[in-house]
Amino acid sequence: MSGLRPDLAIIAAHVAPGSRVLDVGCGDGALMAALRDDRGVDARGLELDPADVATAVARGLSVVQGDADTDLKDYPDAAFDYAILSQTLQTTRRPDRVLDELLRIGRRAFVSFPNFAHWRVRGSLLFGGRMPVTRLLPLEWYETPNIHHVTIDDFRAFVAQRGITVEGAWFLARGAPARPAAANVFAEHAVFLLRR
Amino acid sequence: MSDARFGLNRIARLGSPLPLDGGGTLSSVDIAYETYGTLSPARDNAILICHALTGDQHVASDHPVTGKPGWWTRMVGPGKPVDTDRHLVIATNVIGSCMGSSGPASAAADGCPHGMRFPVITIRDMVRAQAMLLDHLGIDTLAAVVGGSMGGMQALSWAATFPARVRSAVVIASTARHSAQNIAFHEVGRQAIMADPKWRGGDYYSSGDPPSAGLAVARMAAHITYLSEAGLTEKFGRKLQAREAKTFGFDADFQVESYLRHQGLAFSDRFDANSYLYITRALDYFDLAEEHGGLLANAFRGAATRFCVVSFDTDWLYPTRESRNVVHALNAAGAAASFVELSSPYGHDAFLLESPELNRVVDGFLRAGA
Repeated sequence: MSGLRPDLAIIAAHVAPGSRVLDVGCGDGALMAALRDDRGVDARGLELDPADVATAVARGLSVVQGDADTDLKDYPDAAFDYAILSQTLQTTRRPDRVLDELLRIGRRAFVSFPNFAHWRVRGSLLFGGRMPVTRLLPLEWYETPNIHHVTIDDFRAFVAQRGITVEGAWFLARGAPARPAAANVFAEHAVFLLRR
Repeated sequence: MSDARFGLNRIARLGSPLPLDGGGTLSSVDIAYETYGTLSPARDNAILICHALTGDQHVASDHPVTGKPGWWTRMVGPGKPVDTDRHLVIATNVIGSCMGSSGPASAAADGCPHGMRFPVITIRDMVRAQAMLLDHLGIDTLAAVVGGSMGGMQALSWAATFPARVRSAVVIASTARHSAQNIAFHEVGRQAIMADPKWRGGDYYSSGDPPSAGLAVARMAAHITYLSEAGLTEKFGRKLQAREAKTFGFDADFQVESYLRHQGLAFSDRFDANSYLYITRALDYFDLAEEHGGLLANAFRGAATRFCVVSFDTDWLYPTRESRNVVHALNAAGAAASFVELSSPYGHDAFLLESPELNRVVDGFLRAGA
């Protein structure tokens, strides 16, 4: 699994071998290829960007060009063991509905996102008074695809309120594990494993 | 390969009758076809190429009438995405066509051309005839069936009709059913042919004077649907044809008129008007969902076939939403499906033209299945 982005490496390490996976927002298929090659996973993907889709298909992956906001409805219930949404939740128009769809299509869902309450982000807003441009959030407010910024505590409250079970949670700071207790301040990334 | 069944310019006479969707049967079926490359000892490396409405079996060899290179040499050949170094590639002429396969121009039992006595056929009938050819060639399973436009419909029909015989299907710039607009344009073409007095109820073969004018008009109307509005504007705009000013007459003042007239005439030199009637009819009757209880997903349920669906953003003949309709059905059926909409200025014709992205997608998809 070497070479995978840290949040993807966590997901890859916790997907059961031989399972069926839908990677929503799969990009060029890096995670799917690792799951297929290292864990014998039957992976399918959904990706908005046509160039990424072409790259993924050219590496032999089953990827459909489509939009998480509109195209998940065509997948049958419980068609996959896992539905994965990595670094995509905050780019959707309706993250709540996308998450509902994930947990309908997959028996379990992995969701990873950048933590908007990381101390650097807080500092940027508090002291600079400007929308943060950081290593993890490198684009200016007007060009970022992240239209629904979310913090780890926001997400915890959101899933608790909806009665969604958290089966696992991993937090990353500079690619290394961060402690859950202070994650909302010190973690740059969060990965949640969810079940309805 | 010394086996006479393989090579260029083959015709197979398949003795067994072919039952047709329309109710009748073809008592004997000729299939004109070509093969490229070599069949593997396990006989598992065959790829079937399916052609579009006016295409033929000369996918990668010179056309016998026009002398032009094969119509898909960009896609098929040594080192190409459909790689004849790795695969035995089979290209057939569909039944109903006029390049050697059974059709209205071929001889009936009485020795005369069928003309309109030829039964109306469907896309699935074409596919069943191809399956008979595979039996004749001793090939049970295809590594892939690949086609654009009507060829894509055949690829879909193959996967739906013979799921166990198709490991993967590539469906480019195609659709699972003909729309009202598709049927409408075809009806214009058919009426143009049948309104030509030289058509003579389809019995024009002995006259030596076929309904070329009607067929040319049919081609002109259809050709517009193969191009994008932006492509036409870029290529011709309102430019005049070899003249300084408008003539205030009905000559081909505009370049686009001259171009269409040339396309129509060139086409009528190489194609049979009755074949055009029969094949457009087969296209209009195509509705894969209808064949499967009204639900397209049923066509693919339980299939182990992998699918690669490609559309082009400027194709308004079979627009992207038609490909998405297929992909939704594949997802609902749990089939392994890939789909991408590629960008091209060339409209429907893009699948025949230079497209590095299309080549990259098809190459990767086919390699993954090999």
